[in-house]
Formats: sequence, C-alpha cells, structure tokens
Amino acid sequence: MSIEWYIVLSSLLFAVGAMGILLRRSPVVILLCLELMLNAGNLALVAFSRMVGNQEGQVFALVVMVIAACEVVVGLGLIVAIFRRKLPLDVDELRELRG
Amino acid sequence: MSATTWAWLVLLLPLLGSIAISLGFRVIPARVAGVIGTAAIGLAFLCAVAALLELLGDEPESRHHASTLWTYASAGGLDIDLGIYVDQLSTFMILVVTGVSTLIHLYSFGYMKSDEGYHRFFAYLNFFVFSMLLLVLAGNFVLLIAGWAFVGFASYALISFWYRRTTATKAGMKAFVINVVGDIGLVLAAFLIFRELGSFDYATVFEQAPEVFTRGEWTITAICLLLLVGAFAKSAQIPFHTWLPDAMEGPTPVSSLIHAATMVTAGVYLIARTNILFYLAPTAADIAAFVGLATLLVAGTIAIAMTDLKRAIAYSTMSQIGYMIMGVSIGAYSAGLFHLMTHAFFKALLFMAAGSIISAMANRQDIDRMSGFWKAMRFTSLMLLIGGLALAAFPLTSGFFSKDSILAYAELRGGMYFWMAMGGYVGAFLTALYTFRLIFRVLPGKPCEEAQHLIDTGELYHGPAINPATEELEDADVGFPGEHHHIAEQSWPMAVAMALLGVGALFAGLVQVPGVDNVLFGFLEPAFHDSPLAEIHPSVGAEWRGLAIGGAISLLGIATAWLLWARSPGLPAAFRQRFRPLYELAVNKWYFDEAIDFLVVRPALAIGRFANSTFERFVVDGLVTGTKETVGGASGLVRLVQSGFVRSYALLLIAGFAGLALYFLLSSS
Amino acid sequence: MEEILFFGAAIGALGGAIGVVALRNPFYSVLALIVHLFSLAVLFLLLSSAFIAAAQVVVYAGAVMVLYVFVVAYVGGTDESAWNPIPGQRFLAPLLGIAIFIELAIAVLASSLLALGTDGPEVKAGFGDPAAIGTLLLEKFLVPFEASSILLLLAAVGAIVLAGRRVPEGASGAGSPGTPRDSEPGDPAPDAHHAEVPIQ
Repeated sequence: MSIEWYIVLSSLLFAVGAMGILLRRSPVVILLCLELMLNAGNLALVAFSRMVGNQEGQVFALVVMVIAACEVVVGLGLIVAIFRRKLPLDVDELRELRG
Repeated sequence: MSATTWAWLVLLLPLLGSIAISLGFRVIPARVAGVIGTAAIGLAFLCAVAALLELLGDEPESRHHASTLWTYASAGGLDIDLGIYVDQLSTFMILVVTGVSTLIHLYSFGYMKSDEGYHRFFAYLNFFVFSMLLLVLAGNFVLLIAGWAFVGFASYALISFWYRRTTATKAGMKAFVINVVGDIGLVLAAFLIFRELGSFDYATVFEQAPEVFTRGEWTITAICLLLLVGAFAKSAQIPFHTWLPDAMEGPTPVSSLIHAATMVTAGVYLIARTNILFYLAPTAADIAAFVGLATLLVAGTIAIAMTDLKRAIAYSTMSQIGYMIMGVSIGAYSAGLFHLMTHAFFKALLFMAAGSIISAMANRQDIDRMSGFWKAMRFTSLMLLIGGLALAAFPLTSGFFSKDSILAYAELRGGMYFWMAMGGYVGAFLTALYTFRLIFRVLPGKPCEEAQHLIDTGELYHGPAINPATEELEDADVGFPGEHHHIAEQSWPMAVAMALLGVGALFAGLVQVPGVDNVLFGFLEPAFHDSPLAEIHPSVGAEWRGLAIGGAISLLGIATAWLLWARSPGLPAAFRQRFRPLYELAVNKWYFDEAIDFLVVRPALAIGRFANSTFERFVVDGLVTGTKETVGGASGLVRLVQSGFVRSYALLLIAGFAGLALYFLLSSS
Repeated sequence: MEEILFFGAAIGALGGAIGVVALRNPFYSVLALIVHLFSLAVLFLLLSSAFIAAAQVVVYAGAVMVLYVFVVAYVGGTDESAWNPIPGQRFLAPLLGIAIFIELAIAVLASSLLALGTDGPEVKAGFGDPAAIGTLLLEKFLVPFEASSILLLLAAVGAIVLAGRRVPEGASGAGSPGTPRDSEPGDPAPDAHHAEVPIQ
C-alpha cells in the first residue's frame, strides 16, 4: 500500500476527533477524542517515518504517546476532582469563563 | 587603590547614606540619621583626598583616568557607559563639593535638630551631594545629564522642604522648571555633539573636536550656546536667575549648600570641562562672558536694595558666579575655579552666620528689624564679619586673591576683555558696598528686641511661627520649620563647621599668591592644556597691580558703606528719595520676574487657555469619547463570543486553524 | 494480502473513531476507542514499526484504557442528555471537521513529496524493532527521553494533587463526594489527619 493511504486515513481520523470534541459534552468523551487526534498524528508520524526509511519518526511517536499518557492522567484527575465536588460532568454547564 | 576606585567610593558613599536613611527612617533615631548622613559625606571627603593623593603620584601630564563599571546601552554605534572621568578638574570639584558639604551637614546636624523632617532632610541632602558628585565625575555627556537632572530634582525637593508653606513649594517649582529648561539645552547640545562626533564620551569628544570643527563654525557655536543654556539655568545667570532668590525659601543649610557652594557652580564646571569646545566657539564664549558680567553688575545693584537677609546674600551669590562664568569663558579657567573654591568657603560661611541670626530672630529675615547682634552673638558676628571681608575681597583674605586673578587675566587679554575687567572692578565696589551694608545694619548699634532677649536670658527669642515672606502664622508641624532653631553659639556642631569655614575663608587664598606660590594653578593647569587660552599668564607685576587696585576698591566700598549705613543713616533715605526710579528698579529686581511673566508665562497661559477651552473640548474630547464609544461597541461584540461554553471556544480555535490552513494553501498554490 | 489487512484495519480504526464520537454512553465510547487502538496497532505493523505497535497495544489499549474504564465506572457512565445550549454548534462542527479533512488531505497530497505514492524504500530486517528504537532512544534521543520521563512524573504528582484531596468530612460521608464549592481545589485540608488519597 502506498503511503498516501495512511496519510489520508490519518487526516480523516484527525478530523473525526476534532469533530467529536466540538460535538460531545461529557469531559470523558472529550478526552477520548483528544486521544483520537493524537493517534492520528502518530499514524502520520509513523507513515512518514516509513516513507523516508528513517526510524526517528517512530521515536517521536513514542514521545507523543508519553504526552498522551500525561494528558490522560491529568485530565482524568480533573474529572475525578470535578465529580467529587458534585459539580456537573458536562462542559456546557461549567460556564465560569463567561465574560 | 587607584584614583578611580577612590572616586567610585566618593560616589557610592553619599548614595548609600541616602538610601540607608530613607529606607530606615522608621527604625533609625533622628540623631543617628544625622550622624549617618554626615559620616557618609565625611568619608566621601576622605576618599576624595585619597584620590587626590593617588593622582599626585602620577606625572602631571597623565593625571586623567577613565573608569567604566558597566555599559548602559550599546546599539548602532551608540555606546553609553556608566563611566567616570577622574582628572585634576573633577578631583578639584569633588574635593570642594565633599569638603564644604561635610561642614554643611555638620551645621545642619545642629540647625535642624528640632525639625520634624530631620530624616527626610538628611536623606535629601545626601542624595543631593550624590547627584552633584555624579555630575562632576561623569565620564560622558549622558551621565552628566543624569547628574544634572538629579541635582535639579534634589534642589526642588530641598527648596520645597517645608512643603506646607505655599511660598516654598512655589519656589521649588520655579527652580525645577527653570532647571528643566536648562536640562533641555544640555540634552540638545549632547544630541548635536553626538550627531557631529558620534560619541558621548568626554575623552573622544574633546580629542576629536579640534579636528572636526573649524574655529568659529556655526555648529560648534550652536552646541556651545545650548550648553550655555544649561549652564546659565543651573548657575542662575541672566535671564535664568529668578529662581535663585526664591530658592531661599528652603532651610538655611540648603541655601548654604546648594545655592552657594555647590549646585550653582555646576555651570562654571560645565564651561571649564568643555573648555576646548568653547575655545572653538569664540562667539559663544564671548556671549557667556558678557552674560556673566551683566549678571554680576545687575545682581550687585539688586543686592544693595534687598531688605531680606538671605535674599541679599543670594543676589551676591549670583554676582560672584557671574565672575566665575566670566573667568572660565574668557580662558581664565584656573582662576575661575579658584574663585569657585574660595566662594564656596566664604559664601557657605555667610549663609551659616545668617542662619544663626535668623534663628535668633525667630525666623524673621528682614534686616530692617535687626541691629546690635555684635553684643548678643559674638561668635556668629565674628564669622559674619570674616565671610563679609572675604566676599568684599578685603586684602589678604581668600576672595581678594581669587577675584583679582580673574580680573588680571581679563585685563591682559586686552580689547573688550579689558573693559570687562573694568566692569568687574565696578562689581567689586558694589560687592563691598552691599556686603558691608548688611554687616553695618545687623551687627552694630542698639540691640533690637530679639537680640536684647538673647543678651538678657541667654536663650533664643521665641516669636510666633511666621512665614518670613508673607508674615502669615504657621503651626510648627512637619511641613513647616520646627519651632526652635539653634544658634551657632549654643551648638557645637554648628560652631565647629563655621570655625573651619572661617579659617578657609580667611586663608584659602594663600594657596595661590602671585609670585609666592602656585599650588592650585600648578595642579589644575594640565587639565586645560588643550586650550591655547590656558597658556596666557599675567605677569607677577600685573597681578600685584591688579591686587592693589582690587584692595583699594574693596576698602573704598567698605568705607562708603560705613559712611552710608553706619555714620549717617539718613543718607540712604535721601538717596532713595533722590533717585527713586533707580531704587525702584533695584528693589524690584530689575523687573526680571515681571518681564518673564509678560514674555513667557502669559503667552503660555493664553495658549493653555485656548487649548483648554477650544482644542480640548472639540478635538481631544471628540477623540476620547469616540475612542471610548468604539472600544465599548467592539468589546460588546467580542463579549458575545465569551459565552463561557468551552466547546464554542474550541470551535473558534479549530475554525481559526482551518482558516489559517486555507490561507496557507491558497497562498502556496 | 497487505491491501486486505490495510482496509480491514482502516475500517476498524475509522469505525472505532466514529463510534467514540457517536455513541451516547461514555462506556461504549471507551470500548470503541479500544477497537480503534487495536486497528491502529495493525496499521503500525504494516508500516513495519513493530515496537510502536507493541507499545500501542500494551500502553494504550492496555494501561491507559483500563484507567478510562475505571474512571467511567467511578463517575458513572450515564448517557448525555439531549440538552444543547449552543445553537449552531451541531451544525458547524461537522462542517469544520470536513473542512479540516479536506485541507489536510490537499496539503499533504498536493505537496511535492514524490515518495508519497510509493510504498517507501526497502528497509532492513531490523527496521522499527525494539532493539533499533531502544538504541535511538538511549543514544541519540537521551535528553528528550529523560525529559519525557520527568514530564510523566510531574503529571502523576499533579494528578494526585488534583484528585487526591479529600473533601471535608463534615460535609458528607467518607468516600462519597463532598458538597460542591465549599472547598476550592487549592485549599489545604482543614485537619492534618485527613490523609491524602491518590486517585487509584
């Protein structure tokens, strides 16, 4: 399979993830959509790494995984904290930022 | 340690003193603040002496050192260093400044003792000395301007020291505004110098100036005229002199420190420092000399008519600085600086004695009310007499030698400078006259009420606290003078300071007696070796002839004063009747305040009023309101976006991302 | 064979992704994401990146997803309500998603990367295996590697600070959520004996 296919798939996954963030209101699902976008990026990295025959892109993909893990840990920590304070688990109801 | 290291210490100590007092005023007891302030300046003086000794260890021709702590700014060919320049001239200046300032701090230690603003006073005073030292030690024009402006501020702060006195705050503002006019002149001059020579550094500028400019070229003349604006404003020369008499609103030690010994000599220092530029611009130098001459004559006549003790001495300061400006402008650099030094001694002494008398008069300064202080305050009277003798150039006192060395030089240069010297002799007569007018009015005769009180009880007369300028009553709170002042007889710091200055006023002239010794000129002269004018020396015979004439004129002036104000006191009144217009002219200070009011202040006010009523209302208000409406409307729009929904923020973010990507795609295809 | 594997995995990844976005219950979303991640691992294998594929399965589909499942179980995987306070979002979001997809695709495919149409160069047998990646990580990329480890540590500490602070006991029973807003996240615990409770 030529690399093009992987790249197109990666863009598609990225777009789906972005759409999910815009559409969903549950913070857990928003985090999941972030994972989708990160993984789309990972796929592109690995595909390009294969395209040039260089493994360094894969190392970047690993670092992205680390970042994703960090984000998950902090994000889920926030969700738990929100839940413990009996605040609603819905991003639309948390509107303190309103100007 | 090298001379420059000592010079840095000289600069550092007063700054530290000022910072320590102003930060620690809650914890430091008042007396300790005074000790800190005095000690800081005293140590600075010792460091200055050490710098002098180091400098004397060098060959006379190589006694100049530059030192840089760090670079302020370096960009596009512009290099500004925090650097000092130590040579004979700056060493001489720091010696005079720190030496006299130490004594004045000592005097203030006693004089201000009962004032509520004691800490503030010493913090200001130390800051002032720091600024003045920065001014004279600066190694480039930028630092010079910084010191120049600091001095202006310190002067403002000290004149307005009793800040609840309206007259004092107004006088402070006046001094500040006029000084800022001078600052502008100096800044513009520095810009021009940089444009022509590409450097602010003294060494570079003075080295390159003779190569870049031809003598008499208009650019260098413009530079020097702008420098003169700065020098005149700081040194209270016509037409920028009106602030100095008003500056007497400050406490007497301030008058003594700033308006006699140090600050007002900045202009003299500036001309001496840039002597090579003035050599290249003979027109500007001649203008300076004429202004100096005019100032010394005008101020002399005004001083004869003044009835306020401190203001009369202030006008005499203007007059003496006129001598110095004239001296350094025509090329008598060392002589001008010599007069600067002796003047610092005797004028500080005169002010201190005056301060002591004013204390005894419960803050009144009107000499019409004073008489008979010789019986009441022997020591103060003696000091006033010594200061007066030196000021009047009585033979063998310090002023005698210094004033006449300027005039002898002027005589030697001939032509119009000869007539300047003649004008200077007229001024010398006036000087003797007004000085001894004060002395004959204040010292002899039947003691006045306040003096009698002092004789009877040995204590100061306590009158109601009044403002001497307006006769209004004041409460002795922090913003006003304290209730009790101290007189030299009863306070040892004041007595010591005055005694030391008295010794200086009497004998400082002996460092430079024509044909006998050449200590001061021998030291200073190498600093001016660039200027051919410094090569001219009057012969010993010519100098002694000048001294003889000067001595005779001085004695004549004193005798006239005795005749007018001691022997037949009715004569002055008769004169006043006879020459009413002349008297009016003098007593109204030649209407300079009114002229400035008419020529500058009123047009400025008219413009201001027009701006306020028309321009402000229509243009500025329109702009301001329009801006407000625009911003308000726009932010109303933007606020709609701030819905608080994080998801819509994310939407905007991604929309922005998509837009950017679209832009890049379109622009790359 | 390769085509079949690719399309199978691609459909799996895409289906998983759409499942994450479309399923109403967060619990199902998490399960859909696991499908997605497994499919991605297959794609990585196809791109001869064995180590990344393994890491994907072990770290992501294993550890991270377990974390998700736990949290969803803890906070309760209820369906999202149909309440939608932002008008236009539902309409604009897919539009933007499509726009981004088209833009990204054009940006990559219309670029002058000639090798895009190829399968990539022939690679040696050891390409992308743990030994190769490990050598790279510990030699050439040692500093980023260490930096990311510090980042992980910080994230762990941060999570404990965020979620581990116990809400004052007087407000509610132990182990159950406290009253809302009576204790801001930055507040210190009122009593010293309240132990810090990590999230898991």
